[in-house]
Amino acid sequence: MMTLRAGWIMTQRELAHWVRQPWSPIFGLLFSIMLLLVFGFLFGGAITVPGGGDYITFLLPGMLALSMMFGVETTATAMANDARKGITDRLRSMPIGSASVALGRVGADMANSAVELFVLILGGLLIGWRITSDPASIALAVVLLLLLRFAMLWIGIFVGLSFRGEGATMAVQVLVWPIGFLSTAIVSAETMPGWLGAIAAWNPLSATASAARELFGNPTGITEGPLADWAVWLALAWPLLLTAIFLPLSARAYRRLRA
Amino acid sequence: MNSLTADGLRKTYGKTAALDGFDLAVPSGVIHGLLGPNGAGKTTAVKALATLIDVDGGTAQVAGYDVRGQAAQVRRRIGLIGQHAAVDEILGGRQNLVMFGRLFGLRKAEAQRRAEELLGVFGLTEAAERPVSAYSGGMRRRLDIAAGLIMTPAVLFLDEPTTGLDPRARNEVWESVREIAARGTTVLLTTQYLDEADQLASRISVMNHGRVIAEGTPDELKRQVGGDRVTVTLPPRSLVPEIAEKLSAAVGAPAVVDDEARSLTFEVGAGVGALADIVRGLDKVGVAPEDLVLRRPTLDEAFLALTAGSPSPAPPSPAPSSSAPSSSAPSSLAPPSPAPPSPVPPSPVPPSPAAPRSASSSPASTEETSR
Repeated sequence: MMTLRAGWIMTQRELAHWVRQPWSPIFGLLFSIMLLLVFGFLFGGAITVPGGGDYITFLLPGMLALSMMFGVETTATAMANDARKGITDRLRSMPIGSASVALGRVGADMANSAVELFVLILGGLLIGWRITSDPASIALAVVLLLLLRFAMLWIGIFVGLSFRGEGATMAVQVLVWPIGFLSTAIVSAETMPGWLGAIAAWNPLSATASAARELFGNPTGITEGPLADWAVWLALAWPLLLTAIFLPLSARAYRRLRA
Repeated sequence: MNSLTADGLRKTYGKTAALDGFDLAVPSGVIHGLLGPNGAGKTTAVKALATLIDVDGGTAQVAGYDVRGQAAQVRRRIGLIGQHAAVDEILGGRQNLVMFGRLFGLRKAEAQRRAEELLGVFGLTEAAERPVSAYSGGMRRRLDIAAGLIMTPAVLFLDEPTTGLDPRARNEVWESVREIAARGTTVLLTTQYLDEADQLASRISVMNHGRVIAEGTPDELKRQVGGDRVTVTLPPRSLVPEIAEKLSAAVGAPAVVDDEARSLTFEVGAGVGALADIVRGLDKVGVAPEDLVLRRPTLDEAFLALTAGSPSPAPPSPAPSSSAPSSSAPSSLAPPSPAPPSPVPPSPVPPSPAAPRSASSSPASTEETSR
């Protein structure tokens, strides 16, 4: 109860940041929209989707998944900043548990990402993306996307607590790009060289992107392989596995601040 | 009744012992200074006492509770003010205080009332709505201290609270610290500045290499360190040794000569009187000094004196020239004086009107007459 309450207070802190500095989240949204436009219109004309289908319709679920993955950067930066500025130490000297600090992050970042998802979906619909499935599938797609964000959250907390220098934050900001692109989020794995396509297909991001495509009733760009049959299950399993690994690691990193 | 005790605390990082048998006993309701250079282990000691780190050995009690076994009880009774102003820079001052108050378990209305109170006490009411990023260094520090006082802690840890502040902001912080102690909170204050500890603390523990090497009231320590120093910088091509001899006779104290800098440093009991003696002496030999500075012993000198232990001559002292204080931070203790030659001694006295000048008759001390 105390933990939930403290977690909520920490979430409110983040919400208050939005009110104080609305440009920061707005800029984040504009960035996602820019990426969407760059790939949708600048590069999109040159890309064909294996198995047929409109590229914008193929791209959009991928961009949603990509923006969830990029959230790892937000989380890691916020954790590292608090540690660097001594706020983490102040919280640790107060009678509140580590779970509250984590819960605050969960609340703030999930709220942030939910808004981002909503805006991107609206933006997609405006540029011609169409959803052709039933409400239950749409809901499941949104849940799976948020589940990926949830897994990224724990990676972000772990990274932010373990590597506190500004360099580490930069490393995360740079690394998300190759990891994000080496997936089926933007292009189908089947257009890549065989070995690269295999790596991309096993990227957790690809599972979520493919599952979202399937559930929104969009072209998947997949004609064979595990993603063709098991995308939804993989999109469930991958984030759960990542959470199972990084949640305990985050807890350990928090305890190790005492070392 | 002691609010703070530490007994043989040890903490090792790799091969360095950050705490190497750290002992401390602080009675309730006083300000205790923990004085030492960078890397002496002050911050590690504070973090260990504030339950932020696990020590490798030794025991410590804070407000009657064991820091290792009863960390939760300790955390309910302490305030920690670390080296960075640990407040949210995007939020306003009021928002910060309300947030921390609620995190301490206060109900919203209570937290708001307490925030108003503290904003008033620390003179931040007008700035309460402004984002902290727009605060001056001193305001930020005061807000930081206010956040540490929300629950009126039994023990407050202040880790170098004035580092990086200008003299005015430093005075504001000092004022706050005195008020806090006046209300019954025990304060452990770490500092690199002898002067700061002198101004605030009723007792001082001098720390080096992870342990306390000297402890006492500021006066006791100052007696060990010796009195004020007067440094005369002679014009080029002066007969330094000759003048040194004559001035020594005039002041009645040996001169520490730095040939390179053409400076003579005298340890004097009551500084201002000695200054007059020196000026008269200079007049007599017909020398117009390039610079004349009255200052307190530097921390370097203090450490040499305190670690010397015996009356035997101390190891070669760090060149006591006016340009030498090694700390890069604005030292209130030994204002570096790259000042242009001025006939009037620049006032090196810290900007505290009531600085109790040491009137001790510098006992046969560790002063060395190197020549």
